[in-house]
Amino acid sequence: MSLVLRGGRIIDSGGERILDVEIGEDGLIAAVGTGLSGDVNLDASGCVISPGFVDLHAHLREPGLEEAETIETGARGGSLGGYTALVAMPNTDPTTDCVAVVEQVRSLGRRSTCEIIPTAAMTLRRDGVDMAPMGELVDAGVGIFTDDGTGLQDPRLMRRIMEYSTGLGRRLGRPVVLAQHCEVAALSAGGYMHEGEWSSRLGIPGQPAEAEELMVMRDIALVRMTGAHLHFQHLSTASSVAMVRGAKAAGLPVTAEATTHHFILTDAACASYDPVFKVHPPLRTDVDVLAIREGLADGTIDAIATDHAPHAPHTKEMPFDQAPAGMLGLETAFSLALGDSGLDLPEVLALLSWRPAAIAGVADRHGVPVVPGAPANLCVVDPDETWTVSGAAMASLSSNTPYEGRSLRGRVRHTIRAGEPVVVDGEARR
Amino acid sequence: MSAVIDRRADNDRGRHLLGIGGMDRSDLEEILDLTDTFAEVGRRPIPKVPALRGRTVATVFFEGSTRTRMSFEVAARRLSADTVAFNARTSSLSKGESIRDTVEVIAAYGADLLVVRHAMAGTAHRVAGWTDLSVVNAGDGCHEHPTQALLDCYTLRERRGSLDGMRIAIIGDVRHSRVARSNVLAFTALGAEVVLVAPATLLPPAIEGWPVTVAHELDPILGDLDAVYLLRIQGERITEGLIPSLREYASDFCLTAGRVARMRSDALVLHPGPTNRGVEISAEAATDRRSVILDQVVNGVSVRMAVLFLLLGSGRQLGAVDAGDSVEGDR
Repeated sequence: MSLVLRGGRIIDSGGERILDVEIGEDGLIAAVGTGLSGDVNLDASGCVISPGFVDLHAHLREPGLEEAETIETGARGGSLGGYTALVAMPNTDPTTDCVAVVEQVRSLGRRSTCEIIPTAAMTLRRDGVDMAPMGELVDAGVGIFTDDGTGLQDPRLMRRIMEYSTGLGRRLGRPVVLAQHCEVAALSAGGYMHEGEWSSRLGIPGQPAEAEELMVMRDIALVRMTGAHLHFQHLSTASSVAMVRGAKAAGLPVTAEATTHHFILTDAACASYDPVFKVHPPLRTDVDVLAIREGLADGTIDAIATDHAPHAPHTKEMPFDQAPAGMLGLETAFSLALGDSGLDLPEVLALLSWRPAAIAGVADRHGVPVVPGAPANLCVVDPDETWTVSGAAMASLSSNTPYEGRSLRGRVRHTIRAGEPVVVDGEARR
Repeated sequence: MSAVIDRRADNDRGRHLLGIGGMDRSDLEEILDLTDTFAEVGRRPIPKVPALRGRTVATVFFEGSTRTRMSFEVAARRLSADTVAFNARTSSLSKGESIRDTVEVIAAYGADLLVVRHAMAGTAHRVAGWTDLSVVNAGDGCHEHPTQALLDCYTLRERRGSLDGMRIAIIGDVRHSRVARSNVLAFTALGAEVVLVAPATLLPPAIEGWPVTVAHELDPILGDLDAVYLLRIQGERITEGLIPSLREYASDFCLTAGRVARMRSDALVLHPGPTNRGVEISAEAATDRRSVILDQVVNGVSVRMAVLFLLLGSGRQLGAVDAGDSVEGDR
């Protein structure tokens, strides 16, 4: 049964053109042209056909925290958000720090509507003490290692992990990526929001921007020393962006992501005392928001990530210090990136699709130009449709979106994963 | 019905006193003026009026407190309200029940107003969003303690007639102090000049926008002050590396007999209590004739009566209380 996307404007890394896209039963793009017709035709008129999005940073909570999210529900939300691949963070329970858990995540992922790309922790139990069996994990196909949720504090161990990773690239077939959540715990400890004018007024203990920046600085130095590929997760401060810009100018193998919330929301949102705005790294200042947008615009930041972090509702109905950090992101990222980043649509698509696909090591099948023979991982977005955010209406098992009730422009209409229409007219098909 | 506290409400459902933030001079003065009426009640042989008969005030304290709770309970009972008390350590809540569940259970017991204290900033605001009941913030972490600020303003006004032009130093751990945050707002709204006096580590990280001046030494300004407001210093500030020792702190900032003697003869000494004798204030200074620390305790009850009445009483009752005799006549 063939499927044709009709009347859309294709935008991919090769440029723009208005053509129909025919997808074969083998899950590959069969033809791109005019006047195509298939067994099933999906209207894409007025819409943009893009390679599917790749999220470098999703917390899918399985195994272990299925009350908040499962791989199935997280992937469904991803599909609704236009994603065809999600990089799953390893702070599961048990921690994804061995081949068995990686295989479990991958196996659950195969039944879901996105490609699930497991990452593994750099250290056992993410304890920052004992190196995970990185060689075994690389042989199992893991290409990204991270202790996300915390930064790896010990500079000596970070150096060793960087050095060790450089010896594993041949086995993987590409450089191993180490993804760092930059936060010097000794400086951030006891802080629940950005330290500054707002935290001072609100009486919420803060964590200073320097807690992130010191680790960015350290890791840039260690990259210079070791040559490892370091990916900076969720950059949130102006100085962090500047340091990464400098490292790239110096030719160091670093990449970076920013989340939608860090280029939209500021610490002023915490004045509501609603922990839906509690996130790590914390929401920063207007100056930082602008710096993130500049970093996205000039290529310092390679990708827009979600840091999709579902939390069961009762866990957020707590005082600010006790509530867990994190917010939903998969179903709102495209609209927010289009509406609030200051970037035009082709740049937004690059930051959501082909650039993160390259970092995730899946550029052979995601973010691929829309040409015959390419895997049909696509999304069709309507840049003009407006919709209203509702946490309860989301596919996620949780509802902790900071954009509740906000009207957004730009919506995902269809998502095609390996040739299967998993979202049609904004509705998940399974 | 008074609009004063309505304007502080975070939602349309209940009427709350969550903080001094957002109140203007006339809002504060309305409460202080009403407090005069209830102070008079407190001086009667039988200090009780039936204004809130049949209403229930629940003190919901997630953080230990003896004085503030007692003050609210005495205030409620002088207004003939019933009181119920909920005690919980935050740690027991973290074992399962969310704080929202806890609040809904307390509301189901039939309380009309919740007096909430919690170790984390903003918790009273959150509670106010979850219930139809009125909420009074009795201290939320390092954020606000509005009834403390009101009783402090009342005490200063009682002694001086007005705060206009007063120069008041707030001395000590401003960084962790809800009392300081509320008082900076209240004192300046009422026309006083505020100077924060503390080591740099005990000031909030970013106070450029605050309507205050800052001094890191007490002695050079001591003789120019109309009032000193001393904050509690806790021993844990040393383990946190904020000050080297209580001895060094006391040497620089403790209001000793020698320092109090250098203050103006009409200056006032305030402290929210309980005092750490020998750390932020010496025994001699606490009992000096300039000290109004016990007045603060007495006035705390009157101010809280005014707040409870404003939140739970009707407009008609408010008028009656202003008249004073009518309240008496109800008995």
